[in-house]
Amino acid sequence: MRATTSQPPNSARSGAGAIIDPASGAHARVDSVMLEERAASFTRRSIKTSAKLAGLKLSVAMMDLTTLEGSDTPGKVASLCRKAVRPAAPGLAVPACAAVCVYPSMVRYARRFLGDGSAVHIASVATGFPSGQYPWRTRLEEVRRAHGDGADEIDMVINRAACLTGDESRLADEIAAVKAACGAAHLKVILETGELGTYDVVRRASWVAMEAGADFIKTSTGKIQPAATIPVTLVMLEAIRDFFFETGIRIGMKPAGGIRTSKQALAYLVMVKETLGDDWLTPDLFRFGASGLLNDVLMQITRLGDGRYQGPDYFSAA
Amino acid sequence: MKTTKNGPKAALREGGRKALPAKDRHLRFGGAWDYAPAPEGSGHLKLEPRQQLFIGGEFRPPAGGVYFDSVNPATEETLTQIAQAGGADVDAAVGAARKAYDSVWGGLPGRERGKYLYRIARLIQEQARDLAILETMDGGKPIKETRDIDLPLVAAHFFHHAGWADKLPYAFPGRTPRPVGVAGQIIPWNFPLLMAAWKIAPALACGNTVVIKPAETTSITLLRLAEIFRQAGLPPGVVNVVTGGPETGAALARHPGIDKLAFTGSTEVGKRLAELNAGTGRRLTLELGGKAANIIFEDAALDQAIEGVIAGIYFNQGHVCCAGSRLLVQESIYPAVVRKLRDRLRTLRVGPPLDKNTDVGAINNRPQLEKITELVACGVAEGAVLEQSACALPRRGYWFPPTFLTGVTPSHRVAREEIFGPVLAILTFRTPEEAIEKANNTAYGLSAGVWTTKGSRSFQLASRLRAGVVWANTFNKFDPASPFGGYKESGFGREGGLQGLASYVSLG
Repeated sequence: MRATTSQPPNSARSGAGAIIDPASGAHARVDSVMLEERAASFTRRSIKTSAKLAGLKLSVAMMDLTTLEGSDTPGKVASLCRKAVRPAAPGLAVPACAAVCVYPSMVRYARRFLGDGSAVHIASVATGFPSGQYPWRTRLEEVRRAHGDGADEIDMVINRAACLTGDESRLADEIAAVKAACGAAHLKVILETGELGTYDVVRRASWVAMEAGADFIKTSTGKIQPAATIPVTLVMLEAIRDFFFETGIRIGMKPAGGIRTSKQALAYLVMVKETLGDDWLTPDLFRFGASGLLNDVLMQITRLGDGRYQGPDYFSAA
Repeated sequence: MKTTKNGPKAALREGGRKALPAKDRHLRFGGAWDYAPAPEGSGHLKLEPRQQLFIGGEFRPPAGGVYFDSVNPATEETLTQIAQAGGADVDAAVGAARKAYDSVWGGLPGRERGKYLYRIARLIQEQARDLAILETMDGGKPIKETRDIDLPLVAAHFFHHAGWADKLPYAFPGRTPRPVGVAGQIIPWNFPLLMAAWKIAPALACGNTVVIKPAETTSITLLRLAEIFRQAGLPPGVVNVVTGGPETGAALARHPGIDKLAFTGSTEVGKRLAELNAGTGRRLTLELGGKAANIIFEDAALDQAIEGVIAGIYFNQGHVCCAGSRLLVQESIYPAVVRKLRDRLRTLRVGPPLDKNTDVGAINNRPQLEKITELVACGVAEGAVLEQSACALPRRGYWFPPTFLTGVTPSHRVAREEIFGPVLAILTFRTPEEAIEKANNTAYGLSAGVWTTKGSRSFQLASRLRAGVVWANTFNKFDPASPFGGYKESGFGREGGLQGLASYVSLG
């Protein structure tokens, strides 16, 4: 993206002057070799017994339980909501999921099922999910509608075309406008990293999104491969870290897509712990966007209890 | 840790994007979610109370009947006793090596030598787990390093050189490579098995026989490797292991029956060996100390550079001759680099080396711990500012927390002398010229690191830094195909690659 060597369009927000501070996170570069080496090191941590149990329960509490299909119906969404509220039998002492994540048209049904003031949030994808290739007016209208129907969180997709052509001011302006349309709802900005091509672009897009008002930055829609990976999430966590030191604002992170196993989830938690520390180990600042992950986690939690693996039929479908 | 008992909603509603004042912008690396102990099981490994010498294909007691204790540096417990080889034992070992050279190995076709080396490599892979555990218990290195780095590289060196054994004429086109004869080899305690592999594999591939002496504190795994040589059916006397202290090493170095001497270790001992070897007409290769500069330019990928710096100095507790022990940072990014290093230092896990989550293990031996402690105290006395990980250290054993010193200048002792411990000296520079000048301003020249996103600058520095290895945007990468060795007081001769083979052949 071009702005790594020229003044960023939204420099008024960052307070940057005409002279570029090479230490600023706004201009950070990423090198894939050591990045991927560091990323691999998180997967080699050995998480056992009490640490494993605590990590798995935390993963459930951080989960945005997701259904984003053309075949979604009020019935399917109700089933998902029920699973998010009570993922397992009370004996397992598993917390509720953080949120359900649905299409805008399904928000009202989710709200009807969960009721007002539910601890489980409703997140709605918006702004022409998953491609974002729709007229700006309708993209923005989706946000207002979803919020009006009861969404607590908006997961917007960015304008990748703006991103790939280096039109950072457009990218920033769109995000800021969506943020304004969100009202009290929290804004997660989906970068769709699988379409951005390089870690440098991911890093720069993360920075623009944070400056423009994102509460969370999120890797993927789940509709494009690769979706969330550990290295790309590390790039985003490092951007969040630099942004925190420069602004004092803690931005959240949501890897989404492709996280299906307990082992993967624990590796992500290890990465958060060792990159951003204790303050980010909370559903307020870290989420998993997933659908299949929950039952694998429940299976591992059950095994930690009685030492046995149960078949998939012993865990309820969403 | 927050759970959803009260729901995340309350926090979200009140939280939002609230900016903390500058004084509160810290990361907390505490116990919100701590890792449970994850020890690698070692109960199945039983060591004989006494370890013997390996001479002529047999394990045999030392002529003098003297043994010394081998201690686990992480616990100070005695693991076993090691034989002290005297002059007569060294003589017997050299005699066995000569006999094997004359009667079997020196004349064996390369393809046959290669078969033995392949077999050894496979046996090492099969027994890698046990070897890694023993290496960790004997030397204090974290199991994740012995398991993921040392042992795979050990096997790789045997595989690589097995491949060369029948292709030597292609390595030296137009020449006729012949073996040198009996090689005397002395290796250090920081990478016991890996240094043995670096020495033994090329020697055998080229048709030489070997008498090798491990460091006093780390003999156990080399004796296990000797057992593997037996399992592989390697002819008796092709490799002989003499254990012991400096006297054993001196006896081997002085022995008139060896044709080549190879040493890896301190510059001080290397100089003495060079004196001993003078006038004998024997070949000598020395791989000695280092004081490598890791240079970060302002255009570098900073977070990745930090990883390289951390790996460069805290890998193997800094007991690495090519460790990046001097950090040169461009002044424009100095505060950010120090902050990032400080945060990263706090996430390093120091503790029981057998725990799979340990990043930094025990210091190999007490004299080394004393040397590190003394040099760091000297750095502070000379005005450097100390930063140390606040991690809790085990009560018993030899431990030193990961440390860096800021405010260091080229005239500080900590910037000039090799510390050989987890201690980084941080200096600054303003221009590329100054970086090159400072990096080269050392008696050593083993390795260097360059961190920049400008490709042209990497190449420019690689050609101007007087160091045997220059890594760009990475550090501590080893490969059997790549030569390794030093400039100036870091020694001479190369190990690995074609250049490494050349040390073990006579070219007709």
